[in-house]
Amino acid sequence: MKYAYYPGCSLKGTGRAYEESLLAMFRALDIELEEIRDWNCCGATTYMSVDELICYALAARNLALAAREHLDIIAPCAACYLVLNKTQRYIRDYPKIKLVVERALGQIGLTYSEAVRVRHPLEVLLNDVGLRAITERALRPLKGLKVAPYYGCQIVRPYATFDDQHNPTSMDRVLAACGAKIVHYPLKTRCCGGSQKGTLPEIGLDLIRYLLSEAKKNGAEVIATVCPLCQFNLECFQRECGNGQPISMPILYFSQLVAWAMGAPARTIGIQRGLVPVESLLAEREIAYA
Amino acid sequence: MELRRTVKFEADRDPEFVRWISQTVGGEKIRHCLQCGLCSGTCPLSLYMDYTPRRLMLLSREGFKEEVLGSASIWLCTSCYACMVECPKEINITHVMYALKERAIAEGRYPKRFAIPVMAEQFSRMVRREGRITESWLILKVFLRTAIWRLLGMSSLGWKLFRTGRMGLGKERIAARKDIAVLLDSVATTRKELAL
Repeated sequence: MKYAYYPGCSLKGTGRAYEESLLAMFRALDIELEEIRDWNCCGATTYMSVDELICYALAARNLALAAREHLDIIAPCAACYLVLNKTQRYIRDYPKIKLVVERALGQIGLTYSEAVRVRHPLEVLLNDVGLRAITERALRPLKGLKVAPYYGCQIVRPYATFDDQHNPTSMDRVLAACGAKIVHYPLKTRCCGGSQKGTLPEIGLDLIRYLLSEAKKNGAEVIATVCPLCQFNLECFQRECGNGQPISMPILYFSQLVAWAMGAPARTIGIQRGLVPVESLLAEREIAYA
Repeated sequence: MELRRTVKFEADRDPEFVRWISQTVGGEKIRHCLQCGLCSGTCPLSLYMDYTPRRLMLLSREGFKEEVLGSASIWLCTSCYACMVECPKEINITHVMYALKERAIAEGRYPKRFAIPVMAEQFSRMVRREGRITESWLILKVFLRTAIWRLLGMSSLGWKLFRTGRMGLGKERIAARKDIAVLLDSVATTRKELAL
């Protein structure tokens, strides 16, 4: 199996561990990812919320580049995943948007194609790989590590492309197949505040605090995320969040846990890039740490 | 003591604003709003808002332009789409928020040094120039223009991110930067032509 890979900007920066572990995970499953050549920023929420037309054109360039290779796109970043999906829908539903985008792409020698499918790695794991194959490859199972799966907003909303919008379970199932124990986490789709932590810090911190303390209360040892911004928010402000008593909770990408279970060495999946140490936790549970 | 009339007259409402909002992408169904309040109930930010999403929908479609564009709520929306999923009338509430934000920026209605429009501006500039975003530079540029003092408080986090290889001074950029400029200019031209 082969897919076009659209990393997005964060996976080259703060979310580097997401990229590293994602590539390792798919390598372990014999799936080839081909990075889209010279891809550009999708516009993300920041651009989308102030100039949508431009955002559609930016996203469409990436869709057109992938169409040339006749491959489905894997978009791991939640914001990129949503923007690419949304662009396809709006181009389909609004002829005016289609006209703007097609004309703009024409000027740089590209053609828009509806044929490309934008897919999330979780959905690929569930539908193309299958849970049984995942369990078979999990040579170093997680031995009941207690994980709170946190989906955030943008992979389940506003479009239910592959999972339930109120109670998504795709990540639960994938991680359980790797031997993790899934902790009840009703806030799994509650917003982390996105860039509010940067722009309106007090409010951002409130939202992050709820998410962390709820996971802690329910006995989670680790929170698993699918979004570089969620990961950043939950991980980087734990000291400020605790009201004097810092919360300590490792925040890992789901792909780090899966790749780990499949035997990837810690350094190749960005474990050392975390700010909250996770090594001792794994040593305690005698999950071999390489 | 300043005395102000607190009740609006019919004539105070702005009919142009009503027409505009119901023609925006997403605003088409705003007249269907039942005022049920599910949007406000599910919004994680509504407890900080001056006008909750339900009230904003009503105020916008009735033409209370000043109240709506001057509201802090439009800047609080994080774009999490919870309201949109719950809305029984399938109103694209998140998009209405986008349209309002866009309009407020166009009319220059936001507090000076307010980080959200500054971030949007820096973000779009970087995309135009480089084709991609480098997070470290974006954050630096936004804080330099809005809250320099907070950079100091963030230096320890910045150092940790630098040490773990998650932030650097290098810049991400694409080869076809010229294409991005052409693409963006073309959108601007077509938008003008079609008056979108």
